Amino acid sequence: MSRSLNRQGRRHPLSSIVLIVVGLFVSGGAYAAFTGTASATDAPVVSATQIADGKALFAANCASCHGLSAEGTEAGPSLIGVGALSVEFQVGSGRMPMSGSGPQAEKKPVQFTQPEIDAMAAWVATLAPGPGIPDAADLTGGDAANGAELFRINCAMCHNVAGAGGALTEGKWAPSLKNIDPVHVYAAMVTGPQNMPVFSDMNITAEEKNDIIAYLQFLDENPSVGGFDLGSLGPVSEGLFVWIFALGGLVAITIWLTAKSN
Amino acid sequence: MVDKNSEVTVKAGSAVSRPDRIQNPGFEPEHKRVTDVSAERQRGAERGISILFMLSGILSASGFALNFIFPIVPGDLTSTRLNNMFVGLAIAAGLLCLGVGAVHWAKALMHGHELVEERHPTRGDDSTRARAVEIFQEANKESGWTRRRLLRNSLIGALVAMPIPAVALFRDLAPAGTPEEVLGHTIWKKGVRLTRDPNGVPIKASEVTIGSAFHVIPENLLDVEEGFLNEKAKAAVLLMRLPLERLNEAEDRKTWSYDGIVAYSKICTHVGCPVALYEQQTHHLLCPCHQSQFDVANHCAVIFGPAARPLPQLPITVDAEGYLVAQSDFLEPVGPSYWERAR
Repeated sequence: MSRSLNRQGRRHPLSSIVLIVVGLFVSGGAYAAFTGTASATDAPVVSATQIADGKALFAANCASCHGLSAEGTEAGPSLIGVGALSVEFQVGSGRMPMSGSGPQAEKKPVQFTQPEIDAMAAWVATLAPGPGIPDAADLTGGDAANGAELFRINCAMCHNVAGAGGALTEGKWAPSLKNIDPVHVYAAMVTGPQNMPVFSDMNITAEEKNDIIAYLQFLDENPSVGGFDLGSLGPVSEGLFVWIFALGGLVAITIWLTAKSN
Repeated sequence: MVDKNSEVTVKAGSAVSRPDRIQNPGFEPEHKRVTDVSAERQRGAERGISILFMLSGILSASGFALNFIFPIVPGDLTSTRLNNMFVGLAIAAGLLCLGVGAVHWAKALMHGHELVEERHPTRGDDSTRARAVEIFQEANKESGWTRRRLLRNSLIGALVAMPIPAVALFRDLAPAGTPEEVLGHTIWKKGVRLTRDPNGVPIKASEVTIGSAFHVIPENLLDVEEGFLNEKAKAAVLLMRLPLERLNEAEDRKTWSYDGIVAYSKICTHVGCPVALYEQQTHHLLCPCHQSQFDVANHCAVIFGPAARPLPQLPITVDAEGYLVAQSDFLEPVGPSYWERAR
């Protein structure tokens, strides 16, 4: 009797949960589809309102150091001619706005939404010609082997041959290149952020840059064949490991070997 | 005061008395192991050790079997990693169980009584010593070592002469020529174009934007057939462009750069590591090996670290087509110091 009641009149006790889950998926999917298409169409098309938005955002968040017209002050460099790509790298990686003056701007959680970053980039791009943001789809299909050779010659001395990063002078450092957005890898080479030298397309061609990006992606996707890479930092971390664990293990075994059995 | 019983004169007050000298505590009473006392513990140890040996056997067998469970798939680095890890762990754990079992057997079950073994006296007894002298004398008599002087001296002479060829052999381990000859010249010469490492594409001055760093090899390097790596190691150059106002050049070297573009040897003057950690804003070059720092704005003067000399500068200019070319070879030896060099 209660069974038939269940079937005909009352909902299953879990049905409300299922309903909520379905609802969340639908609204989330719709939101993702909407924002996805929005950013895809926004990137190439620069509207006057976007530039105005960018200018307002810049005045509120960046002008205290870079000046109201991005002419630069004692606290920050001029941004005239740095291009949209520089804004995308610095703000999109969370380095700008800086949290404080120091040897190097640190990576932190991104402070702006992508449309806001695009707006600021669009405004900075109107100040003077500069490098623009490439389409992410153009940064694929590189030759990882050639990229590895170029990386070893041009990048590995600072960023480490496995892209693990390394120390520079006076508190500065070359950051790790693990799981970096290809657009940001490209942007860093073209714009030479902070103390990184510039590697323009006239030095390393756009095609060669794709090779380097392919190499970095290969490193991200393929684990170290030799087991734990210990941060790929070479003799420092490996030596520390061996001295502590291997030598410590040998000492423990020696003590056990010579101890009397109880 | 003179001690009548000995010849040693002892000054008054210099004697040291040791009333509380530490007594030899002797050995501790022998301590019986639990396996000596309890038959049950003995059986337990035996069981434990045999389990370790069986485990070792299983692990060794699985070290073989895991090759088939986690095969190396060509081109798939993850499979190589898994194969290495599991096979290695199985082999290592198998050996460890074997070793631990064997040691535990010896410590817990084998004969465990303590005993004292005195060391043998080092000195042989008199008859042995006399016999040893006798053997030497017999050998001398039979061989005529002291009697046949010509024979003995010519043998000593021959032995002294024997290692002489080694002097020349070991000398050949050093590079041919003095360091001055080896490091004093590279394949750079007047008119050789600066090209990109590794593809040898020549560099136009207009392509070197401010803040750029190019890793450079000489155009003629790719034609070198013998000793390519040695020539590359000596001729490697880092090319940088600084804003003109940041460049602080000596009067006699003003013509060595071109519109803020400068070229310096990449080989550290300390022990020869490649110095290429260039900081665009500070214009400092850092050597990763021993943290020597060079100031590119001031002719690569050493500003920190163990390097004794600035990096040698390659004088450059542009040719008619706008490509960067060397004015000459380096004007001083590249690379680390050596004895013949003042510093």
